[in-house]
Amino acid sequence: MLSIKNKFSAERDISGCGLCGIINAKKIKTNGRDIKKSISVEHDRGNGLGGGFAVYGNYPDYAELYAFHIMYDNLSAKADVEDYIRNNFIIEKEEPIPTFRTSKIYDHPYLHRYFIKPKSDRPDKLFHELGDDDFVVNSVMLINQNYDGAYVFSSGKNMGAFKGVGYPEDIADFYKLEEIEGYMWTAHNRFPTNTPGWWGGAHPFTLLDWSIVHNGEISSYGINKRYLEMYKYNLALKTDTEVITYILDLLIRKHKLPVSLALTVLASPFYQKIDKMDGEKRELFTALRQIYGSALLNGPFAIVFGHSNGMVAMNDRIKLRPLVAAAMGDFTYVASEEAAIRAVCPSPDIVWSPKAGEPVIVEFEEKNIHQKGGLLGL
Amino acid sequence: MITIDAAGMHYKELNRLIREGIGKGIKKFFLENINGQYYIGDGIKGDDVVININGTPGNDIGAFMDGPTLIVNNNAQDNIGNTMNAGKIIIKGDAGDVVGYGMRGGRIYILGNAGYRVGIHMKGYNEQLPIIIIGGKVGSFFAEYMAGGIIVLLGLDDSDEFDGDYFASGMHGGTIYLRKKIDFSKYSKDVELYEADENDMNFLKKYLIEYADSFNIPSEEISGKPFYKIMPSSARPYAHLYTSA
Repeated sequence: MLSIKNKFSAERDISGCGLCGIINAKKIKTNGRDIKKSISVEHDRGNGLGGGFAVYGNYPDYAELYAFHIMYDNLSAKADVEDYIRNNFIIEKEEPIPTFRTSKIYDHPYLHRYFIKPKSDRPDKLFHELGDDDFVVNSVMLINQNYDGAYVFSSGKNMGAFKGVGYPEDIADFYKLEEIEGYMWTAHNRFPTNTPGWWGGAHPFTLLDWSIVHNGEISSYGINKRYLEMYKYNLALKTDTEVITYILDLLIRKHKLPVSLALTVLASPFYQKIDKMDGEKRELFTALRQIYGSALLNGPFAIVFGHSNGMVAMNDRIKLRPLVAAAMGDFTYVASEEAAIRAVCPSPDIVWSPKAGEPVIVEFEEKNIHQKGGLLGL
Repeated sequence: MITIDAAGMHYKELNRLIREGIGKGIKKFFLENINGQYYIGDGIKGDDVVININGTPGNDIGAFMDGPTLIVNNNAQDNIGNTMNAGKIIIKGDAGDVVGYGMRGGRIYILGNAGYRVGIHMKGYNEQLPIIIIGGKVGSFFAEYMAGGIIVLLGLDDSDEFDGDYFASGMHGGTIYLRKKIDFSKYSKDVELYEADENDMNFLKKYLIEYADSFNIPSEEISGKPFYKIMPSSARPYAHLYTSA
């Protein structure tokens, strides 16, 4: 029987993967065809044991509601989780996630989605006065930890993760991404090397509106995990990528750090570089390293981080994983390989390799911020 | 001569066609609509074989190559010329990370920029003299653990910053030539800076002319300035890392 709970004992899993992302700064929507085409160029970077996508702007009719995507091993798990959801949330709509069984993807868990909002008279609110976002985070942690055979793999507003075991182009067909429209897409092709692939272990990893696709290995997983557990994050998935999602949630949503500063926590400049900075900047970076030393990511990585205001792509501090970016009009593309970008945008205005640890930040223009960083090329 | 339309073709099929072609005595290949195919020209032999690549080739082109010439008319991705033994790779755009890893012979000429870790573990022995010439800028860890051969960094666009951090760290053999001086504080402790003398320039001349010809640049545009050279201060930089001298 297919099992979506990760029963494997490995502390973390190491992967050498492929990733890509497409964002339109003016929020013009495209369907899933381009992202599928782009990631399929990186087919050989994965091994068929995990593919997935995150899309933003795909649920405009339910934009104010949390869209939960949940996978279930069996119907009794579904009944148990739905009891919990009914007791604590108002369910506006619920339905199976539309899928198309293909010859490539035939063995899969029950996949269901719920458009919900926390009840105002839920017991937790009365006792803890939690905000809605906090309550959703708690619920996701609770279900993933305590409900055997159930796993929430998406919980944001007007966004969704679609993932599973298979090559990403097959996963795209399975979830019929060509019929889904969004203004930002990220994709991942997985090559798990330490643990078998399983449905929950595919990327992206999401929590609220945050989504992460990741190529690499977080060798600081242990210290990051212990740090996050102090803030009541449950690391149930036993895969290193999970910590990135939760660290960003902690830094940006809870501690209110600007995105760009949160990223310098993940890939902090080395002290020898900080020592050469000018007064205030040096103080700031020294403070960040001192306060958030346990949130620093060590080891090789390239990540694409999606959130409700835009997208970030970033390397580790010494560039041990590939990352290329390109821009064409309002579109920005990032990928592990330039060919993945050229497949959907043959002649971009510019193509560049971001410098190690210097994020490429693209934010939607309604916020009047449109920034590109880390220009090495041109 | 043969033209291969590689649109949608997997690298396995593409490289099979190239190998079969070389086996049949074909000398000139034109690869059209290349996008992301890996391993082009890996391990092939034949000093007079020339492969023209239109599009963006995938990683690991020219690995273990032993004689032929690859001409990439666009950007190229990572790991170009890994452990290459002989031949020539010409990149008319930018190159990705880890150019010429462990390269032991032949030449790689790049018109634009190259990424991180250019020439890492490059080596030379007697008549085997690998050469990399880069027209633009490079990323960090340039010439890391370099053990032999020649790397020339031109910085033709004359921007201020054309090198990254950890320049030549662990270098213990070979020579780096620079078309302009760089910030000495960035230098690895393992290397020394000299001004290139007449012997150096005479040695470099034929390669610089070949480089200029490859990209139709007037050669005086390249060699009209004094060059600097960087050599390792020791053949064994880490001999006393854990022990006293």
